[in-house]
Amino acid sequence: MVDAAQLRLVVVGHVDHGKSTLIGRLLHDTGSLPDGKAEEVRAISARRGMPVEWSFVLDALQAERDQAITIDTTRLWFRTARRSCVIIDAPGHREFLRNMISGAAEADAAILVVDAQEGMREQTRRHAYLLHLLGITQVVVVVNKMDACGFSEARFREVGSAATGYLARIGLHPVAVIPIVARDGDNLGQASGRMPWYGGPSLLESLDGLLVAAPDSTRPLRLPIQDVYKFDERRILVGRVEAGRLRVGDSLLFSPSNRSARVATIESWGPGNAPLEAGAGDSVGFTLDEPVFVERGDVASHHDQAPKLSPLFRCHLFWLSDRPLVPGRSLRLKLATDEARVSVETVERVVDTETLEPVDRTEVRRNDMATVVLRCRELLSLDPHAESPATGRCALIDGFDTVAGGVIDLVGFPDQRPTVQRRSSDLYMVEHLLSAEARAARNGHAGAVIWLTGLSGAGKSTLAMQVERELFARGYAIYVLDGDNVRRGLNADLGFAPEDRAENIRRVGEVAALFADAGVVVITAFISPYRADRERARAAAAGCFHEVYVRADLATCERRDPKGLYQRARSGAVAEFTGISAPYEEPEDPELLVDTAENSLEACVAAVVRYVVERTAISAG
Amino acid sequence: MTSDHLRQLEQRTIYILREAYSRVKPLGMLWSIGKDSNALLWMARKAFFGNVPFPVIQLDTDMELPEVYAFRDRIVPEWNLRLQVEHCPPEAEMDQTLPPATRAAARKTEGLKNLIRRQGYRGILLGIRRDEQSTRAKERVFSPRGIDGAWDFRDQPPEFWDQYKTDVPDGAHLRIHPLLHWTELDIWLYTRQEGIPIVPLYLARDGKRYRSLGEKNITFPIDSNASSIDEIIAELETTRMPERAGRAMDHEAEDSFERLRTTGYM
Repeated sequence: MVDAAQLRLVVVGHVDHGKSTLIGRLLHDTGSLPDGKAEEVRAISARRGMPVEWSFVLDALQAERDQAITIDTTRLWFRTARRSCVIIDAPGHREFLRNMISGAAEADAAILVVDAQEGMREQTRRHAYLLHLLGITQVVVVVNKMDACGFSEARFREVGSAATGYLARIGLHPVAVIPIVARDGDNLGQASGRMPWYGGPSLLESLDGLLVAAPDSTRPLRLPIQDVYKFDERRILVGRVEAGRLRVGDSLLFSPSNRSARVATIESWGPGNAPLEAGAGDSVGFTLDEPVFVERGDVASHHDQAPKLSPLFRCHLFWLSDRPLVPGRSLRLKLATDEARVSVETVERVVDTETLEPVDRTEVRRNDMATVVLRCRELLSLDPHAESPATGRCALIDGFDTVAGGVIDLVGFPDQRPTVQRRSSDLYMVEHLLSAEARAARNGHAGAVIWLTGLSGAGKSTLAMQVERELFARGYAIYVLDGDNVRRGLNADLGFAPEDRAENIRRVGEVAALFADAGVVVITAFISPYRADRERARAAAAGCFHEVYVRADLATCERRDPKGLYQRARSGAVAEFTGISAPYEEPEDPELLVDTAENSLEACVAAVVRYVVERTAISAG
Repeated sequence: MTSDHLRQLEQRTIYILREAYSRVKPLGMLWSIGKDSNALLWMARKAFFGNVPFPVIQLDTDMELPEVYAFRDRIVPEWNLRLQVEHCPPEAEMDQTLPPATRAAARKTEGLKNLIRRQGYRGILLGIRRDEQSTRAKERVFSPRGIDGAWDFRDQPPEFWDQYKTDVPDGAHLRIHPLLHWTELDIWLYTRQEGIPIVPLYLARDGKRYRSLGEKNITFPIDSNASSIDEIIAELETTRMPERAGRAMDHEAEDSFERLRTTGYM
């Protein structure tokens, strides 16, 4: 009786390097073939006039035997001394990448097969890169067909170190590198007499040392809601605990809706008492103490370790469609149990899996691996993949077809949860006795928020101060809120992490709105790189918000570099610097655009002054 | 195998059943009344808290063994199932180039196609497993079928991270396989653990038992003395005989089962 958990293995590598032969032979050597199968393979091989071809064990379909390539993933079971294993056979033919993904995505570990004569080839690297993307960290490298190179130890070392070197560059460290002859069984189950120089483990021994991935109950709770049932008087929420534990009495936060309620009961059917808790991997049903609106797609968590909320995220993906992925493309996102429309904001890079360098194009083609930024109209509930795999990865759908899969990376994207936190319900707005019209009549102009946004060095502060002086001279009630000034006082508690940046801008937006309400023209000079933050500021100053895009290309800004920040960012001394290592989202439809690279400062100042005068005139309302 | 292993298999099946019920409508479940679909029904009752919220379909060739019909008529009221019996067209209407037993099996394919066409099912749940047969090993959990019901094994959708294909064009449908990851042994271990009722033909009488249940004209009992589930489990842990050894249509030609499946068999 085998008591260890079942190990799920995927076998990958270049076409014809011997993956299927290895699997067939492993099944034979572990006594896992049904009666008659070995004879069948011998008979088929003989009928086709070839030596015993173990890969025929796998080739169940007529079409495959004719083409002599494996068409699709399949599952095969065998046992080692310690445990039961299932092999997910993944084919090496280039156009069948999606089948390999289907298999490899659920594997605990991989066997990477490399031909001793051919060495690392295009698909060897591509498959290895994909393992890395899919989050598989346990890899055994087998150098196959050692007989064809005369069992040369030197050749083994050469091929082995090329493989190890490539894997190391993508953060993978093989647990073993083993010289084998799959066809004859050398070093599969026991040491090969033909390679006495090799003293490492056999393949089966190395498999016994691998770990089986188990759902993790020690991580923060993530429970994506699958459905809500009302078969009887109970309203049962169902879903799978992807991580963490769920207990009766827990206060849950649902994201992105940001509602909360307590777990009243955990429901089950059948004999026995209702469970009081559930762990990772459990498909549960539970009821809440309050009838809050929850639907499929919401993720339940605990309050203190909630997922992040963002309409925007970076995705490292593999692209499976013939139709290239380009910026602006609209696709359907499936993320845990949620579905939403997303559009491609930018294609940051396409990776050449041969060299691991970026390729010079922004079009993602079939079988490419790429990094893109995706945008959704609503907030999404997200986790970085490394922190929570199940809620940190997604599939992309085009029409009826799955065209991509990818893992989520949120570096540089702030958590927008503070923007949706429900405000205290004990607040009552007190009406002023003065109207906005009365204030405007006294000042001779209406209040307004003139929101300057643009890269560091684009000239926001310079422009703001000049406009302030010019309009002050004309009798305007005017004031500038500038980035560094505000950070010395109001926002002295904030740093430069994405969440802090978002909060910095939120406060500035609220303060600017108060100034405008008081009748003042307030000019803000903040990079404010994120569209969502600016939209929030616009909402705070509803009706009198004017977005001015102070534009200058990155090269110009970097040349000006008034604070020496670009230099420090390039040298790595400043992390997450907008334009260099963090994104700047250009305004889509600003009220005014001034280009300080193409126009003189005087012209820009005049343009802004003219705009403010026109838009705050009392007749303009 | 520990009960922890069975629990993982069960929880995954429940997840798949709930995905199917949430995303694919109208949905039905094929019930062959064999051990696999009985286990699947059992897990549906767990997934939906005692309810089976979709019709349970029997493709009837009038050739099942009498014990099978008796079992069906006992379980339907007991489990409060919505049973739908689809009578399959006669063998004379089948592709005459198929070998005889394969032709008999093809009746079920045609019955299923008729039912889907008439009732507009978008999804059909069925209890096939990857370890049963090598063409089934290649299946997806959510497996699309064309308007003619055909399976294009050369062009299967990618399936990863439990993000299943849940949308198909009008007229096409999905075969949904919540037991794909179970083995024959797993099913018996689970049946024993849960006390799921089975058709008694699985248990040996006079040195013979059915390892796989099919129509009486094309399914044969195997030599066995396993007269209890415990003995079946002990037998499976040592046997090297394939499960479908007693199914005539698998053995008429190298590709007979493959031909059945590409044209829409279960």
